[in-house]
Amino acid sequence: MTRRVRVVVFAVAAVGMAVLLVWAFAGARPFGTSIHPYGDLAVRAALEQRATANTVASVTFDQRGLDTMGEEFILFAAVLGTSILLRREPDELARTVGEEGTEDRAGSGPTPEMVRLFGYVVLPFVVVVGIYVVAHGHLSPGGGFQGGIVLATGLHLLYIAGDYPALRRLRPQRVFEVSEAAAAASYVLLGLAGLAVTGAFLANVLPYGTLGQLASAGTVPLLNTAVGVEVGSGTVLLLAEFLEQTLVLRERSGRPDTGGSR
Amino acid sequence: MSPQSLLGLLPYLVAGWLFLIGLYGIVTSRNLIHTVVSLSVVQSSTYVLLLTVGFRAGATAPVFSDIAPGAIVVDPLVQALALTDVVVGATVSALLLALAVQSHKRSGTLDPDQLRTLSG
Amino acid sequence: MPATALTPVIIGLPIGMAAVLAALGARLPRRVLDATATATAATVTVLAVLLLVATSQGRVVAWAGGWTPHQGVSVGIALVADPFGAGLAVVAAVLSTAVLVFSWRYFQAVEVFFHALVLVFLAAMCGFVLTGDLFDMFVWFELMSAIAYALTGYQIEQAQPLQGAVNFGITNSIGAFATLLGITLLYGRTGALTFAALGATLTGAHPDAVIVVSMALILTGFLVKAAVVPFHFWTADAEAVAPSPVCALFSGIMVELGIYAVARIYWTVYAPVLPVSALRGPLLGFGVLTAVLGAVMCLAQRHIKRLLAFSTISHVGLFLIGVALLSPAGLAGTAVYVLGQAGVKAALFLLAGVIALRLGSVSERDLHGRGRDMPLTAALTIIGGLALAGLPPFATALGKAITEDAAASAGLGWLVAVFIAASSLTGAAVLRMAARVFFGLGAPATAHPIQRSDDRSDDRSDDRSDDRSDDRSDDRSDVVGDDGEQDSGEAEEPSPARAPRTMLIPPVVLLAAALALGMLPGLPATMGVVAAGFTDQPFYAAQVLALPLPGHAALPAPVDWFTTSSLVYGLLSVALAVLIAAAAVLRTRLPGWAVAVADAGRPALRGLRALHSGHIGDYVAWLLVGVVSLGAALGVALR
Repeated sequence: MTRRVRVVVFAVAAVGMAVLLVWAFAGARPFGTSIHPYGDLAVRAALEQRATANTVASVTFDQRGLDTMGEEFILFAAVLGTSILLRREPDELARTVGEEGTEDRAGSGPTPEMVRLFGYVVLPFVVVVGIYVVAHGHLSPGGGFQGGIVLATGLHLLYIAGDYPALRRLRPQRVFEVSEAAAAASYVLLGLAGLAVTGAFLANVLPYGTLGQLASAGTVPLLNTAVGVEVGSGTVLLLAEFLEQTLVLRERSGRPDTGGSR
Repeated sequence: MSPQSLLGLLPYLVAGWLFLIGLYGIVTSRNLIHTVVSLSVVQSSTYVLLLTVGFRAGATAPVFSDIAPGAIVVDPLVQALALTDVVVGATVSALLLALAVQSHKRSGTLDPDQLRTLSG
Repeated sequence: MPATALTPVIIGLPIGMAAVLAALGARLPRRVLDATATATAATVTVLAVLLLVATSQGRVVAWAGGWTPHQGVSVGIALVADPFGAGLAVVAAVLSTAVLVFSWRYFQAVEVFFHALVLVFLAAMCGFVLTGDLFDMFVWFELMSAIAYALTGYQIEQAQPLQGAVNFGITNSIGAFATLLGITLLYGRTGALTFAALGATLTGAHPDAVIVVSMALILTGFLVKAAVVPFHFWTADAEAVAPSPVCALFSGIMVELGIYAVARIYWTVYAPVLPVSALRGPLLGFGVLTAVLGAVMCLAQRHIKRLLAFSTISHVGLFLIGVALLSPAGLAGTAVYVLGQAGVKAALFLLAGVIALRLGSVSERDLHGRGRDMPLTAALTIIGGLALAGLPPFATALGKAITEDAAASAGLGWLVAVFIAASSLTGAAVLRMAARVFFGLGAPATAHPIQRSDDRSDDRSDDRSDDRSDDRSDDRSDVVGDDGEQDSGEAEEPSPARAPRTMLIPPVVLLAAALALGMLPGLPATMGVVAAGFTDQPFYAAQVLALPLPGHAALPAPVDWFTTSSLVYGLLSVALAVLIAAAAVLRTRLPGWAVAVADAGRPALRGLRALHSGHIGDYVAWLLVGVVSLGAALGVALR
């Protein structure tokens, strides 16, 4: 289809879609409705049965913990998939760090001193916040996913600070690969532990404790930690794959066969 | 339709708008990176719709650390679902961007009009 | 192990092992890696068979987290195994095992990633068919998808796999987001996510806008995955370029899971509120369109994997027709057909992998007569083609026969013609390919210099536009075939004198399984009982929510094994397939009138080909057309 035909086909369909959506939206419960049967049950289950103050965490890791296992493995698969897709080919050479142009972020010139300083000073605080967010996921907003992202991006303050070699040292990929996979596996193992002890997969095997205490909510904090490590490591690996791409040079000349067709 | 109910329809309409405008972005895109970002726009319609459906007027966040048990809270379910949705979005973007990076290496372009080696 | 423990273990074991393999990673020797991954998939097969056996005593319901329902209400996720779900898990596990065995010698420098991804893919498919929860189904759907995009783009050294994966990833993601919008709308309406609770809540409701539009949106993602026209465009692009063993998984089971989802969601969620009469027409329309368009495009292909991809599309259309009958008999037939097709199509894709490995190409034109010294591959390919056409007693033929009977007894006898046309055209395409490649029949390829391209596609896109303006000869291979038949990029040795045995055993076993299933005279009756149970929504809801069981609402479908008429139809399809294949091969010797007929269809075919443009913008525009058509058709049918 030419561009014009494509846009016309789309426009006609979009009008139809808009009509369908407005039809459905007009018939949906009004915004702000007080009818939330599942939500009410979930809140009650979290508070009364599981001593989990953050009811979202209770839904995520306890009531619908199976979803979260799938979700964790979506990230796991994406990390594996990205490593496959961005793997280095034989005809690609890596620039070694330390060569011209690699100390600073590729192609963006020297980093201003203030930014450098900011990166180094803020890094430890961000890491502490990240750990806090993971550890208190069952009590306050946050949890493994959020805290993991904070941790992973915190590490990349070094990149903002222009110190890519330091980032590389702090980020031995092999270690993160192992911690990511181990954390993913431990979620499954916690699930199997529940199966072995209670007969139900992912069932809680720990005492629930008192609502609002750090040691409460049964296995939720453990699952939060597993996810925190998985998300943190996984995100570091994902970012690493992309950052390394800026350091990959293609060997341009002297290739007998430039393509893949064999 | 009363202004009240029209206002109540607004968050739904935002979700519908994001879905369609994101699709428009993909259909007319001239750059794969732009396509991937447009896909994220499509996805943000799902965030908006989830939160719209879970909202309860006059309610607070469903975290009982500093509110009394029995307080009126919004639906925690949709927040958990939105969390899953966010992870899905991040992974899909990562995979598609990785494909775009490689595609650019192979073909020297990111324009879908030029990237048409598959057809028939 | 109690049966309720089997379900979570079937999901947890392969993903757990994938994580372990990824953690040990490069330290494992290739042999250990192969053995561990294969053993895991084989174990899952055994567990799934045990689960299937257990479901004969009734559904196996396991609530994750121990959230068993109280008075019919639970906040948890139910894992619900019934014979169809458990059976599909068996198919997924068998195909994954076969693919892992095949890959021992197929991939050269495969790292741990491939094995780990296949195992997670298996877990995702099992989760998808065993879950009793709508949002959980979406999660497993997305897990499957993420892996599938990465596996499609596996051969990064070429441009086409990357583009195929991009087209696949974007269309599937849009479908998934539409599904999520639909789930959200339905959740806002019902406050439930478990299939059983959704169905119970909707019982007696008025089929209003939210119900109609949410159904259309939810089905969108699954119809994209199922490669139903016009959601199908990604399929041929992805399966033409993904490694052959990966295609075997895509075509053998993943695409069919989309059809499963349509059936499951209708029968557990919407059946109490949307009458059969409202849904049958729209779904039949999509099914017939898919079956016919897929079959025509299949015959028009010269790129073997693209050809097989279109044959899958055509068969998916037939499956959708079977489901659209919305009767136990139609479902029973479709289930048998899906089983048969899984074995046959996976085998054919693996054989395409063997061809690619041995001959370094998967272009029918390019390979003319070059497969003469591959007798076993040739024989298996021909058997596969005949099975695809519906040769009794293959399970494909049995499933087709049962579905045809179901259509006829629903007063839709004309559908039999669609089944015969689609199966004979797709079978003919495979037979024609076999005749040319393995026996060198017909005229050799017109000299079209095959570009051993150096993949710089700036040249390529110029070539392509020239190619477009050419009046294409019938013999022109499709574009992928012209410059892209590089399936062997990842193969171990460029062209070994013989295909390794581990690459031929899986297709033999799969074809034998498809044959054996068709020879079980008791299978149709069992499927009739199972299908009736599948459609019994009140019973399903009560069983899952642990409520007092009502009486059975649906009677077992009276389904026969091969009858005289079904044998005749089966043999007719095969005869037609052979004739069409012969006509295609011996085109130059055809009488003038036949050539004229063929020429008359050429402009239409050219138009169809042009629609499959490889342009993601086109695909997305058509996808939206599909959603709107489905929603509008449902809305109109309810008036």
